[in-house]
Amino acid sequence: MNFDEIADRIEELHQGAVQARVGEPAKDPYLRISSESLVEVMRTLHADRDLAFELLISVTGMDWSTWTPKMPRVKKGDEPLPEPESPVSRYEVVYHLLSVSQNHRLVIKVACADDERPAQPTLTGIYPAADWLERETWDLMGIDFQGHPDLRRILCAEDWVGHPLRKDYEFPTEYHGISAE
Amino acid sequence: MGILENSLEENVLTTSVDRLANWARRSSVWPMTFGLACCAIEMMAVGCAHHDLDRFGAGAFRATPRQCDLMIIAGTVTYKMAESIQRLWEQMPDPKYALAMGACATGGGPYYKYGYHVVKGVDRIIPVDIYLPGCPPRPEALMDAIMALQAKIDRDRVIRKRPGQVLEA
Ligand code: SF4
Repeated sequence: MNFDEIADRIEELHQGAVQARVGEPAKDPYLRISSESLVEVMRTLHADRDLAFELLISVTGMDWSTWTPKMPRVKKGDEPLPEPESPVSRYEVVYHLLSVSQNHRLVIKVACADDERPAQPTLTGIYPAADWLERETWDLMGIDFQGHPDLRRILCAEDWVGHPLRKDYEFPTEYHGISAE
Repeated sequence: MGILENSLEENVLTTSVDRLANWARRSSVWPMTFGLACCAIEMMAVGCAHHDLDRFGAGAFRATPRQCDLMIIAGTVTYKMAESIQRLWEQMPDPKYALAMGACATGGGPYYKYGYHVVKGVDRIIPVDIYLPGCPPRPEALMDAIMALQAKIDRDRVIRKRPGQVLEA
């Protein structure tokens, strides 16, 4: 299935779940899903015979707080690309899905409503692979995955302070007596 | 460094003993099987047949710190790893030597400015004998560093006091 067929299918099965649909000719087509319907949509994507997304490839956290608009570059003669969507919220989570049996891919973006305590429902119940991916996103970007069975830091030390990939992260000056100046 | 050290006053006889002891130490520098990042790949290359570190008596990579003389810090030292490195270093018996391999171990390397998690030089946690620049250093460079370390061991005064050193009572 191509992107439009997948998007149609989801819109048909989950009315009101798709908030935005950025298809061709964008370089990286994606669907923006509302946070409330994320788990349901993912369950469909996983279980539906034709969609059959068996693999969750990655979970990515985004911090848009220092974003400035920039038009994507196009080669001479190509038709201009649509203007990029400006950020909906400060934090958002991006999911990449792959179907091996159907040989198609999908990108799902979900905005986090709260800028202070960004949160998303966990997908560990659908994709076991989400466990460590969500832990990494929590560790580095501080996105709280609600319902995650074991949301601990995975890369940084357990007593680390802050979430390093946030744009307003302050570098430590010292760690356990080792100076970082 | 070692039980022999400072056991005798300086005299003519011990210079040859010094040379013997230094020769023995220099010719069997056993490194630890211990790599932290990309530099470790070059270190493995040095241990393999093509470069053959065994020619210098330093090819016996040991899997325990208690049998090692040399700690090659091959790679990026993170804060999370720092404590383990310190502990491994303390588990090594004297005489022991440390070689900071690559830009990361020497001073933070590519992560100096924006690496929130990287120790800016392994010499902040353990004493380093030889610094080897490069990102990563070529295998030949590591061999050169080990030869430089051997030259340093050769200059060591094993059972005489060093100039300016005060003997304990
Ligand atoms: S110095 Fe370069 S090659 Fe060596 S560990 Fe650091 S980044 Fe990797």
